[in-house]
Amino acid sequence: IHHIVQNGGLYKKPFNEAFEETPMLVAVLTYVGYGVLTLFGYLRDFLRQWKIEKCQNATEREEQKDFVPLYQDFENFYNRNLYMRIRDSWNRPICSVPGAKVDMMERVSHDYNWTFTYTGRVIKDVINMGSYNYLGFAQNTGACQEAAAKVLSQYGVGVCSTRQEMGNLDKHEELEKLVARFLGVESAMAYGMGFATNSMNIPALVGKGCLILSDELNHASLVLGARLSGATIRVFKHNNMQSLEKLLKDAIVHGQPRTRRPWKKILILVEGIYSMEGSIVRLPEVIALKKKYKSYLYLDEAHSIGALGPSGRGVVEYFGLNPEDVDVMMGTFTKSFGAAGGYIGGKKELIDYLRIHSHSAVYATSLSPPVVQQIITSMKCIMGEDGTTLGKARVQQLAENTRYFRRRLKEMGFIIYGNEDSPVVPLMLYMPAKIGAFGREMLKRNIGVVVVGFPATPIIESRARFCLSAAHTKEILDTALKEINEVGDLLQLKYSRHRLVPLLDRPFDETTYEETED
Amino acid sequence: MDIKRVKDYVYWLYFQYLLITCSYVLEPWEQSMFHTITVTVLAMVLYTAYVFIPIHVRLAFEFFSQMFGGQPESAV
Repeated sequence: IHHIVQNGGLYKKPFNEAFEETPMLVAVLTYVGYGVLTLFGYLRDFLRQWKIEKCQNATEREEQKDFVPLYQDFENFYNRNLYMRIRDSWNRPICSVPGAKVDMMERVSHDYNWTFTYTGRVIKDVINMGSYNYLGFAQNTGACQEAAAKVLSQYGVGVCSTRQEMGNLDKHEELEKLVARFLGVESAMAYGMGFATNSMNIPALVGKGCLILSDELNHASLVLGARLSGATIRVFKHNNMQSLEKLLKDAIVHGQPRTRRPWKKILILVEGIYSMEGSIVRLPEVIALKKKYKSYLYLDEAHSIGALGPSGRGVVEYFGLNPEDVDVMMGTFTKSFGAAGGYIGGKKELIDYLRIHSHSAVYATSLSPPVVQQIITSMKCIMGEDGTTLGKARVQQLAENTRYFRRRLKEMGFIIYGNEDSPVVPLMLYMPAKIGAFGREMLKRNIGVVVVGFPATPIIESRARFCLSAAHTKEILDTALKEINEVGDLLQLKYSRHRLVPLLDRPFDETTYEETED
Repeated sequence: MDIKRVKDYVYWLYFQYLLITCSYVLEPWEQSMFHTITVTVLAMVLYTAYVFIPIHVRLAFEFFSQMFGGQPESAV
């Protein structure tokens, strides 16, 4: 477990992050399991190639058999032989609003997950532990829905144009002013899709001759945007400030690779909450480094906006920092606001530049009016401007749910990654058979969870990811915890070897805080 | 009641074996093949242990007792 020492200057409250190490026996058994599955995969590929078994996956046509093979790499092998066997845990169709409870359509497969048929039955009131519904705004009743319905009857759904042509509605202007006020920045711009916000705006900000320092575990949209821009990309270890500082020093000292000229711009790409690890970025240290080495910071708050901070304004407020220190604040409306789309906030010159030069502004259709109204209503609710304290209550409920859920899971003995305050809770499964078994057993007990395996995580570190919501009441969480406990005993998932001392019993010094193994 | 608990426990152990070796996700004919291979290998290991270990243990014991038991005699 990490020895966490607080520096009284940078951090105003304890930063509790832990990534427990994989137990050796579990790692060995996971490799054994993958070995068995690989052998059987080779056997099945052999049978498919010699036509002893019917081939149901995509293959090249007969005429193309002599060309460069398309499906021989490891990703396709994994897809055919491992992913297909447990595919029924993903892409489950839901047929109601994804609130705290959701209705799912039941489906069965008669040929081992190659095809699915619907039985016609709907599984009602499945506890939803997988939706990014952090503040519970995914509702089909309430103030947001009424406002959105009114706007729908006034503006319709389609915008039929891009921002720069005829798609700039007064609703968009209102939204952008509100977002700027919410974040505490000078100006903001909203886009139709969160992924496109990252991938289309980073190329507008940096180009060849610039340096991008991106975290190891950044999201695919950031990686894609960085690669599209043509800048040099260097990767630092996840949330590791020593690695980042070393890269910054090397960049300033040595300059560009061959010519040794100074870099035109150095941009640090980090995320607020990393959704696969549940870890929070060490923002005070990143900002200190950024100021020391005179580089720019791009903060992707997709999961942390609305979910962290005493009034829901994201990771900057959580650490008590100044929003003007972050050069580009990006976020999405998909997670906490129950809508769709993304935004970028920053100085007025930056946003004006992006309005002209961003690919998304020029080519992508702008946000649809009912969606914009949903964002406006939910943001006003969080800020408290609709006259109620609902927003504050939701933010506090989420924080309580997070602390309670994480504490209970750790006490039960599961390995949980990430920071104590992050509403994304990854529970380690490790073995491939347990991925499928966990998803199925939880659905049998009426709880829907998201399990994650190889391409999204390292191959032995597969996990189940719970996303907490302000819409979950304590009873729902208790039911879920009881079932998770049962399934954990059934599948032997309680790998943790640390017996954490309960924090309240132990007196600790105000400036240093240690967690030790017992 | 006790028999049921024992049966449940044995079934739970079998389930753990299926999960750890990933035969839980295999199709039934692959599972039968895997179980046959496992049982065969296990049987061979046990048979080899039964045939060889007692003889080797006895020989090792004789070797060491000769080495240590022989010393006092030669010292005197």
